[in-house]
Amino acid sequence: MYITSDNTLYSYFKHIGFTLLAISLLCLLITLTGGGNINAVTWGLSGISLLTIGSLLVIISSRLPKHVSHQNNGIWQKDATTRGISAWVLGIVLTGFYILLYWFPDTLHGLIAALEPLSQWLRNKPSDQWFLYGFFYTLAVIVMGVHALLKYRNNPYHLIRTCSVIFFQLGFAFLLPGLLLAFNQPEFYFSYFWPLKYDYLFPGTVGYLIDNGQALGVFMVFWGAVLSFLATPVLTYFYGKRWYCSWVCGCGGLAETAGDPYRHLSDKSKKAWQWEVAIIYPILGFVIITTLLLWINSWSGGSLLGDLSGGFSRSYGFFIGSIFSGVVGVGFYPILGNRVWCRFGCPMAAYLGLLQKHLSRFRITTNGGQCISCGNCSTYCEMGIDVRWYAQQGKPIIRSSCVGCGICAHVCPRGVLKLENGPVDGRYNGSSLIQSDSLKILS
Amino acid sequence: MQHDKHVVVIGNGIAGITLAQKLRTRSDCRITVISAESPTHFSRPALMYVYMGHMRYQDIVPYPDWYYKEQKIEQVHAFVETIDFETRTLKLQQSEPLTYDKLVLATGSSGVYYNWPGMQLKGVQGLITLQDLELMQQQTKDIKQAVIVGGGLIGIEMAEMLQSKGIQVTMLVREKQYWQSNLPEEEASLVTQHIRACGIELKLQDELAEILGDETSKVNAVKTKNGEVIPCQFVGIATGVKPSIEFLKTSGIELDKGILINHFFETSIKEVYAIGDCAQFKDPARGEPALEQLWYTGRQHGEALAAVLNGDRKPYARGPWFNSAKFLNIEYQTYGFVPSAWDEQKYSSLYWEHPGQSKAMRFFYERESGRLKGVNLLGIRFRHDLCHYWIQENYTIHQVMEQLTAVNFDSEFFQRYEPELLRQYYQQHPDRQAPAKQQSWWKLRQRFSLFAETPDNS
Repeated sequence: MYITSDNTLYSYFKHIGFTLLAISLLCLLITLTGGGNINAVTWGLSGISLLTIGSLLVIISSRLPKHVSHQNNGIWQKDATTRGISAWVLGIVLTGFYILLYWFPDTLHGLIAALEPLSQWLRNKPSDQWFLYGFFYTLAVIVMGVHALLKYRNNPYHLIRTCSVIFFQLGFAFLLPGLLLAFNQPEFYFSYFWPLKYDYLFPGTVGYLIDNGQALGVFMVFWGAVLSFLATPVLTYFYGKRWYCSWVCGCGGLAETAGDPYRHLSDKSKKAWQWEVAIIYPILGFVIITTLLLWINSWSGGSLLGDLSGGFSRSYGFFIGSIFSGVVGVGFYPILGNRVWCRFGCPMAAYLGLLQKHLSRFRITTNGGQCISCGNCSTYCEMGIDVRWYAQQGKPIIRSSCVGCGICAHVCPRGVLKLENGPVDGRYNGSSLIQSDSLKILS
Repeated sequence: MQHDKHVVVIGNGIAGITLAQKLRTRSDCRITVISAESPTHFSRPALMYVYMGHMRYQDIVPYPDWYYKEQKIEQVHAFVETIDFETRTLKLQQSEPLTYDKLVLATGSSGVYYNWPGMQLKGVQGLITLQDLELMQQQTKDIKQAVIVGGGLIGIEMAEMLQSKGIQVTMLVREKQYWQSNLPEEEASLVTQHIRACGIELKLQDELAEILGDETSKVNAVKTKNGEVIPCQFVGIATGVKPSIEFLKTSGIELDKGILINHFFETSIKEVYAIGDCAQFKDPARGEPALEQLWYTGRQHGEALAAVLNGDRKPYARGPWFNSAKFLNIEYQTYGFVPSAWDEQKYSSLYWEHPGQSKAMRFFYERESGRLKGVNLLGIRFRHDLCHYWIQENYTIHQVMEQLTAVNFDSEFFQRYEPELLRQYYQQHPDRQAPAKQQSWWKLRQRFSLFAETPDNS
């Protein structure tokens, strides 16, 4: 792996990769600005293909020559991963994309037009900005999924988990909803549930699905309710929150792939934890109360609240759905880390977290008294958990925010951590080989 | 410890800081920790990751400032010049003198140099302190070649650090294989091969003779005892450590290699204790080392002395030895006692090695009684609590094999190799029968109570 001729070859590939990326950006720029003078499909698809090939070349030639334990070399010394200028540039470009997408979709007309043939083929419908978003989102998960697969290539947990998020994003969040549209069925995401997809259990959506989807619509409503109220507690009991947050969820999927290079930027301070608790549970409470009120309103024939449903969807959708999960959540990846939305905002994460903390077999075990307090686990925890705090006292890590990505265990140079499911009895008991403090850290 | 007493700890490494923490859990006395090296405790084994860019210095600091405030542990960043044991006063450089009621010496260790010609040249250094790390960052900037002298744990860390910056590394190792004084033949050979496969030039059975410099007194080559001249711009010295006791030489405290202590960590001076790397047991138990210079033993000394100072006067009993390290990409764990060579009449071992990957397991035991003495692991993780229990409870190799499948600690979905070891064992012992049902870790954990009594997690 340190042989010079190989390295020369890899550096050659890297240069080609960057060249293709530069050309692809030009093509995409032309697609966006060319208006009616150019063939948007030709320019756009060329840009997208070159973007994909170029990215893959750069990824392969930078990840493959390095051994797995050296993948984090220089992370805290590089501009792009330490909130340097290039990180800000990328952050602003991503944020800008979200702003255009949500509020000025017409500016993206060229790119939307470029995906017209694909949209027609998959969905039998004209392309729109949401199709464009879904397409780029899925592409990011796949391309950066390859990055994650190479970066963690000696670890089967990460290989399987990464394949799982790619599968769910591509299949359940992109292809299947598109096919449903093609067959004139309601667009439905089988991998998102209430309270993350809060409106799936609102009376309005339920009524729409049943009216427009007939038998399939009834199944969709049934699926949503079962997943939210039955499968979620049961799966979380057996496997912890991770079955969803780092194996299935699309937000988690993007965070674990495209966001992975920024995981160390999460804030580990006590203050951040206090903010987390102060924000995420009120959001969950808000979704629950609103859902209940809407049903009461619906049963009473709208006499209580009138058209609150629409108003709610609009304001919650704007502040939480758009600004929080999109603009801040993804746009600020290079500045705030990759799980800002999941940590501070997601009501599903709050719900899963409560289950994980109190009704689950999952824990991260610390191996006896072996921790050397190095801090790799805490540094690379995307949820900002001070993993070391527990590990150096021989305690298991059981935190509601933990998404079970398993990177703490992967980066530990002594192999001290293990994600596992075991009996609830004695779950919080640590090792007797080390004395622990009784200090509470969240106070 | 009474609340009006003042306990002063010199050294904020893992031994000193653990002592302060554990003392605080049961006492409200005044606690001051002094260090010349750093304003607060940091993880010494993590220094390498700062160099490699995995973390920043602030990331290897395990306890934030609010912790020390809340715990009322005072930290003084100063150099102790002399100690007057008569008046119980510490003279500090650029700081007011400090008086103590009880003094704990936890000054750690420093590198061993063997008076090589040229060792004062620029670019020659060890790696123990935070200052060493900063120096190494400066001295290795834009260099091409480096030589590491010594085949121990610090040597291999330095090699990995340098390699991460694209520097070509040569290691000079006195023995026939890497770390042969500690590892049995097979393990040493496996690690030696791995080091070479990673592109490090390993020169075995050779030693440093002289360090050569240029006209600006910068190192530009080393000469070995075999007469070879290796060009380099940096020389890492990793030929062992010795207790840091220089400043105590004329103080009247009883010294040998380290500060001499009994099993309560008491030195020859009343109210003065020593723990960690700098301490030396006057009368170590049979087969036990007089100096224990590991991160883990430092922590255990701190815990044990805190109990003594809190009135629970029990002699230090370490329990089964354990250690862990990483040789480039191979994780290493050891439990109990596995020597590098042994008398075949008296001892035996069960050894398994992966044919292609760098993985191995060794169970070392007494031939006659079958009693397990220790376990060595490369690239495979075992559960500390269970290994500890086996050794402490004098398990035989045969009892261990009945519980073997419960001991693995590798991540989920990793391939398990214990079945291969078991196959080997049953071939060697045809009279033994595999148990009908394999034990699960969770059942054994419950049955042997392998957990702390108080569940606590906030």
